[in-house]
Amino acid sequence: MRSPVCLLGASEMEKRVTFKGWLLPLCLIAPQVLVSAVFFFYPAGQAIWQSLFIPDPFGLSMQFVGLGNFEYLLSDPYYRTSFLTTAIFSTLVTLASMIPALFLAVVADRLIKGAGVYRTMLIWPYAVAPAVAGVLWLFMFNTRVGVVSWYLGNLGYDWNHVLNGGEAMGLVVVASAWGRISYNFLFFFAALQAIPKSVIEAAAIDGARFWKRFWTIVLPLLSPTTFFLLVVNIVYAFFETFGVIHTITSGGPQQSTTILVYKVFSDGFVGQDLGSSAAQSVILLIVVGALTIFQFKFVERRVHY
Amino acid sequence: MTHPKDPPPGMVEKRGASLWISHIIMIAGVLVVFFPIWLAFVASTVTQAEIVQPPMPLWPGDQFINNYREALFSGFNVPVATMLLNSLIMAMGIAIGKIIISLLSAFAIVYFKFPGKMIFFWLIFLTLMLPVEVRIVPTYEVIANFGMLNSYGGLILPLIASATATFLFRQFYMTVPDELAEAARVDGASPMRFFWDILFPMSRTNIAALFVILFIYGWNQYLWPLLITTDPSMNTIVMGIKQMFPSGDDLANWPVILATSILAMVPPIIVVISMQKLFVRGLVDSEK
Repeated sequence: MRSPVCLLGASEMEKRVTFKGWLLPLCLIAPQVLVSAVFFFYPAGQAIWQSLFIPDPFGLSMQFVGLGNFEYLLSDPYYRTSFLTTAIFSTLVTLASMIPALFLAVVADRLIKGAGVYRTMLIWPYAVAPAVAGVLWLFMFNTRVGVVSWYLGNLGYDWNHVLNGGEAMGLVVVASAWGRISYNFLFFFAALQAIPKSVIEAAAIDGARFWKRFWTIVLPLLSPTTFFLLVVNIVYAFFETFGVIHTITSGGPQQSTTILVYKVFSDGFVGQDLGSSAAQSVILLIVVGALTIFQFKFVERRVHY
Repeated sequence: MTHPKDPPPGMVEKRGASLWISHIIMIAGVLVVFFPIWLAFVASTVTQAEIVQPPMPLWPGDQFINNYREALFSGFNVPVATMLLNSLIMAMGIAIGKIIISLLSAFAIVYFKFPGKMIFFWLIFLTLMLPVEVRIVPTYEVIANFGMLNSYGGLILPLIASATATFLFRQFYMTVPDELAEAARVDGASPMRFFWDILFPMSRTNIAALFVILFIYGWNQYLWPLLITTDPSMNTIVMGIKQMFPSGDDLANWPVILATSILAMVPPIIVVISMQKLFVRGLVDSEK
């Protein structure tokens, strides 16, 4: 795991041996710069610009409101609720995908034979798109035909995520975490395999039992991977779970699963409230920026050890 | 991934009963993780009548051919075969497009000194931070203004604007020995000649690993195709499934919907399983 930031030092910027000329490299870098400018910087700039305006009721002109959109958003109870929903959702997704993955990786790491086979079997869900995962889980918990909801009904539990906000949240969390278990397993497993066996054996000779070894040696050695996965999974829960929520709950019931990204979509495209949607985009932008910087800072520190 | 261990047996790894418990835990884990896919597959091989009478069977039925034929060639709004083709074009376009532009820009950054290089570098670096979900409304407007709604260009271009691949190739180029470029220069070879004859062949493994990751990324896109493909014949399969659900209280045609879901996961699963080594490597390298 490496970070771009630690490679940005001027001394490391290019090879000592470089080619001459400036026209050719400009042509080489042009496609990427062009694509980034048109589909990236221009839209991002637009989002920031639009967040400072509100359209008039007829959509004919824009009125400058400064930070009005932000003030309005931050005092809007729906938006605050959406923030809280996102926090709960991403915490649960992160935990629900990392804990089982770590558990399975620890068990698999102790097997000398067969670990590779289990890894192959566990990779599958990673390839399944979040939106498709949403359909699969919706099917299992469907109130009319779902197998799991049927068995729950037999046990006397009346499952209905269409009406019950808590159950809706539980379902989108599980559907979102499911594919991530594969991803996290791969990283944990790779990190565990990289721990020198001699370290563990030395502890074993000193009489440390499995749990003691796990808490005092294995877990600390895994901490870089764990922190990295924490950030990556939070980013995933924030931005890439749109498909799950759109297919299973469409943000409902009563907005109980409307996370921030879903709200940008529903306010911007369904509600056509461009100023508010743009302001929400800018807030999300700040969140991603903070997460990215946090991640790079952390990874960079690790490189210096 | 290397396995630097293989210790003398009996020290740390478990044997006997505890070994069996470990295997049982792993098998249980695999079964639980696998269950949703299995259930969807079973449901795609039975009739609607068998599904609406819960509990549905847990073993495949005999409607495999019927359901998949209906999905592939009739579908609901558009045959699933068309959506599969759209997804394939989109995923390949994103993977190949991103690899080409980043191979070239990383080459420029590592092997040349030119005016404004640091500015370009930082501009590219900033794009790491912004997923398409955050800038959907203005990006949609750009595509609409270019008249690129319902086009492959509109599906692909906004998603190749990201810097992960550029940084990966940059890191790789930095590990290429300086002597190679020096020798090329002494021999009077042009930079592009050096790129094609030496750098590109050396990057093949990295390209393949990145291809796996980017193909899956492109194939699994949902929000973006949902916004810009209003014409059903341009729908991709991952976003098209949701369109197959009835809007009201009607019962969904689950066998065909789930057959479509299975079809939607087969290509990325094949890519992941068949290129597993490269995939794991690409994943750990690009930390994506």
